[in-house]
Amino acid sequence: MIELKDIHISFGNHKVLDGVNLEVKKGESVVVIGRSGSGKTVLIKHIIGLLKPDYGEVWVDGIKVNELKEKELNQLRKKFGMLFQYAALFDSMTVGENVAFALMQNTRMKREAIEKRVKECLRMVGLEDVGHMNPAELSGGMKKRVGLARAIALQPEIILYDEPSTGLDPIMADAINNLIIELREKLNVTSVSITHDMVSAFKIADRVAMLYEGKIIETGSPEEIKSSPNPVVQQFIHGEAKGPIPSLE
Amino acid sequence: MFLLFLKSLVWIFRPPFQFRLIANQMEEFGIRSLPVVLLTGAFTGMVFALQSYHGFHRFGAETLIGPAVSLSLTRELGPVLTGLMVAGRTGSAIAAEIGTMKVTEQIDALETLATNPIKYLVVPRILSGIIMLPILTVFAVGIGMLGGYVVSVYMMGANPTIYVKSSFDILYLEDITNGLIKAAFFGLVIALVGCYYGFYAKGGAKGVGQGTTKAVVVACMSILILDFFLSKILWGIII
Repeated sequence: MIELKDIHISFGNHKVLDGVNLEVKKGESVVVIGRSGSGKTVLIKHIIGLLKPDYGEVWVDGIKVNELKEKELNQLRKKFGMLFQYAALFDSMTVGENVAFALMQNTRMKREAIEKRVKECLRMVGLEDVGHMNPAELSGGMKKRVGLARAIALQPEIILYDEPSTGLDPIMADAINNLIIELREKLNVTSVSITHDMVSAFKIADRVAMLYEGKIIETGSPEEIKSSPNPVVQQFIHGEAKGPIPSLE
Repeated sequence: MFLLFLKSLVWIFRPPFQFRLIANQMEEFGIRSLPVVLLTGAFTGMVFALQSYHGFHRFGAETLIGPAVSLSLTRELGPVLTGLMVAGRTGSAIAAEIGTMKVTEQIDALETLATNPIKYLVVPRILSGIIMLPILTVFAVGIGMLGGYVVSVYMMGANPTIYVKSSFDILYLEDITNGLIKAAFFGLVIALVGCYYGFYAKGGAKGVGQGTTKAVVVACMSILILDFFLSKILWGIII
């Protein structure tokens, strides 16, 4: 289980998170929605310990993440997989080496076993034959799928998705959404996604949480969010320029 | 930067040791820098012999050209010019590569894959800098002395036997070892400065470009400043 308790963080004078509380149960898929620049990525980076809060606590499976030492944090990170917004593939390595990276660094698996696992992961994302290619040769959608293959290589219990459908055409975005759902069903992972793509959010979420002005202002099932009386939520999910959220900020 | 150095120092001695990465970086630092270092060394030796000849000829001391070339190359010009050339070539590449990794979240990705970026990126570069700079310096000094010989003997008509004998007789072992110790420090500085400005690159391509420029300028200045103090310390103890 993941728990964020009263998370505050500022960068310079800019307060990004101002008391975020969020709970994600085991096996659940929670999607955090919010405007660009609202702090969604900052929030997700707290879960995996890439950022430490100025104030507040991050708990994962009973372990307080923000007080862990490097070694313990790395041990905990083996439970996680993370898909980055622009995939963040290592461009000095081939696709296969990218997927094999965590296995080479963190396990004592033999070369043959690693190759087998890499193929398995690439097959799951429908890219079995691109192992020899360089990331620069791939399209945006393919990069995301390779990023996903890399994220699941260590068979994580929790997967974090940073804007999984951003920058993709609607068909590819839907293919990625299906992949996320499939991975959750097949591997029974807990997932936390952040997005401002409402189609994607409602499709992959068990529960949706809206981040606004540094706080989670509403959580609920996709249906509950759709029928929320909160005008901020309504304006955001319908993508309207007029409303309580200033459109040009 | 000092903090980055201390962290790297701790990670150097912590297993697992990344021998493949160190070998890759040694190739980048050493083998790929060799042509530029050889060219610099050769022409430095040649021009030094040429200028020395005109200076020493005024008071009939042409036999001192060989010793002047060999001493200046081993003690100063070899390590310093090698350091400056490698700072321009490899230091900038390190800053640009790590800076790009930083702004494209590849360093965050390393951390999420339970890999320490200092262990994975900084340590191999520092170690290969410390190992490869002295080796490159040996090549630079060797080719520089050969360049000096060619100019002195074939262009200025110096006696080859006397030239070679005087070039080597003047050298103490400390001249060579201290020059190489300086080169090792320069290797450390180039790698550390490159990594530092890469790690702290911000704001996309512009930030990476600024980081790369700073890395080269700071590394070159550090080499020149460090050269003075290292020379004072290393030879100051002996004399």
